[in-house]
Amino acid sequence: MKGNFIDNLPKVYGIYTGGFIGFIIIMAIAEQMGMTAKAIGIAFVAFTVFIYALIGWLSRTAQADAYYVAGRQVPTVFNGMATAADWMSGASFVAMAGGIYFKGYGYMALLVGWTGGYVLVASLLAPYLRKFGCYTVPDFIGTRYGGNLARFSAVVVLTVASFTYVTAQINATGTIASVALDIPFQYAVYVGLVSILLCSMLGGMRGVTWTQVAQYIVLIIAYLLPVFWISNKMGAGFFPHFMLADEVARIGELEQQFGFVKNAAADLKSVPKGLAGITKAHSAVNATPWAFISLALAMMMGTASLPHVMMRYFTTPSVKAARKSVGWSLFFIFLLYSSAPMLATLSKLSLIDPNLPTGIIGKTFAEVEAIDWYQNWNQANLMFISDFNGNGTLELNEFFMGGKAVVLATPEIAGLPYVISGLVAAGGMAAAMSTADGLILAIANAISHDVYYKIIDPKAETAKRLLVARVLLVIIGFAGATIAAMEIQGILGSVIWAFDFAMSGLFFPLVLGVWWKRANRQGAIAGMLGGLAAGAWYLVWVRTGGSGFLGITQLTFGIFGSAVSLVLMVVVSLMTAEPDKATQKMVDDVRVPSGKSILGKSH
Amino acid sequence: MSNQQKHWEKTRGLLFITLAIWFVFSIGIFLFGAEMNKVTGPFGYPWTYWFTCQGSLGAFVILIFWFANRQEKIDEEFGFSEREDE
Repeated sequence: MKGNFIDNLPKVYGIYTGGFIGFIIIMAIAEQMGMTAKAIGIAFVAFTVFIYALIGWLSRTAQADAYYVAGRQVPTVFNGMATAADWMSGASFVAMAGGIYFKGYGYMALLVGWTGGYVLVASLLAPYLRKFGCYTVPDFIGTRYGGNLARFSAVVVLTVASFTYVTAQINATGTIASVALDIPFQYAVYVGLVSILLCSMLGGMRGVTWTQVAQYIVLIIAYLLPVFWISNKMGAGFFPHFMLADEVARIGELEQQFGFVKNAAADLKSVPKGLAGITKAHSAVNATPWAFISLALAMMMGTASLPHVMMRYFTTPSVKAARKSVGWSLFFIFLLYSSAPMLATLSKLSLIDPNLPTGIIGKTFAEVEAIDWYQNWNQANLMFISDFNGNGTLELNEFFMGGKAVVLATPEIAGLPYVISGLVAAGGMAAAMSTADGLILAIANAISHDVYYKIIDPKAETAKRLLVARVLLVIIGFAGATIAAMEIQGILGSVIWAFDFAMSGLFFPLVLGVWWKRANRQGAIAGMLGGLAAGAWYLVWVRTGGSGFLGITQLTFGIFGSAVSLVLMVVVSLMTAEPDKATQKMVDDVRVPSGKSILGKSH
Repeated sequence: MSNQQKHWEKTRGLLFITLAIWFVFSIGIFLFGAEMNKVTGPFGYPWTYWFTCQGSLGAFVILIFWFANRQEKIDEEFGFSEREDE
């Protein structure tokens, strides 16, 4: 079957999906026969990770174009699935529904931002970079603008942004591995790392592509199955996405009835760190237009600048396929993102509605404390109640929960069998692993291809280049895991920073490289380094007590960074000589799909 | 004007239309978020809430496929489309 593996893809992944569903059913039967919750959790994570590692091993390669761009033969729809897995991180999977649950509308700017960015990817960049024929994003910058300094600046921005991102992902794999396998977090991080490296080390981009498709299938089943199941079980609607309007309205009624009582600061001190109560209305507009739009805009421009996403479109067979593939990517992302608010709605209603058997608000403390799932999640430090007003019954403002609990605990609260919780753990693991893989590969490829091969040793043979690439992969992975083990920042915060860093340094140099012929080397270098420096400065300034301006916060500092980048790039470009004829011709060639790519098939 | 210049002119035109639609769904709507949310929208959800959950997201998916088809037509019109995936 090896020969025409590509033609057999639908069949291969069809069998794989069937096998995975079979595995879920076997686990469900095993649960009925008395298999313990812990054993089910271990089985799910171990089984799926083993399959990914197997795919990684089968995809091993010794060819540069297979290692860097999967041989440029990934079909449109499959590349869409791989990109969706690459894109949806542990944060999307585990934390997003929780964020919506607690912060409502203001948080949902991320939903709009993390999808709208793909319009920019499709229309401004992906097809043109595919035509260029580059292996990495700095490869485009280095060839379009010319010179080692431009190439190196791009590597710097890429590394800063992707490394910020990857520590968060390794952190997430560690969290899930430590819960599912029941080992301490410090070791679990390295278990996660080894699983990640198994997928990417032997096959590079080819290995990552085919494991990401497999991971997408696991994560989307793991996300959608509980949402549909809970919705049907609660009688909320057969198809939750179209049928939860009554539930949303009911939450609004209950919020009115309970009121948002503000807790005294002294009371809040007794709440464990990281847990929050419901303080914001579920469906009301609770953010100013600029707060919402600036966050969405930062995420959209960041999406178009993140190299691990862009490089997925280097693997399609043609320019046309690259465009379509962006559409498929967003479709597969849409399936999960549009379900997150539904999960948040179901989760919230099942907890706060006194008319539902699962509702806990209005019950006595003794009753709530006797509930099995409350005890479990309280022990896991994800749920907490405290009788602030001393009346003996639980009020809305006396109930606290961790953001992760919305995804992780809702199946159990709704009374679904434990097999679903095991499935969700496997889904979270798939989401975090697939993103970490893409990121580590993006960094290692940029350093091995652009710094080592293009700048240091242009005569290196393929075998040596790929060896360097693999050694770097391991080094970067371990560096990421070491920092992740220190647990410096939360998962979501560092993910958002990564977007801001990427847009500060790369958005305009990439876009203007295609759309503005006059853009030259000096301008691009100024734009990349100046933008990154300005963004980083703003972040440090706001973090150290600076007041900020124009409502730009530490989550949206990329707006400032990219504005500086744009101004510098335009001014410096216009002050220096225009690019030579050969470069202008190159830009003309990039703008039409037909003809040879700018860089050779193997370079 | 050469064939290639005409092709680029049309491509740029399509880009502006695409970005204009993108602007409406990613930014325009949310300028009036508070006002619009008072009105009941599709499937009974409040309008702004529905757009942030599903509406804008779905619009982006459709927009990208529409854009890709239009761009393919432009490429074909000027003879710049790829030959049978090389």
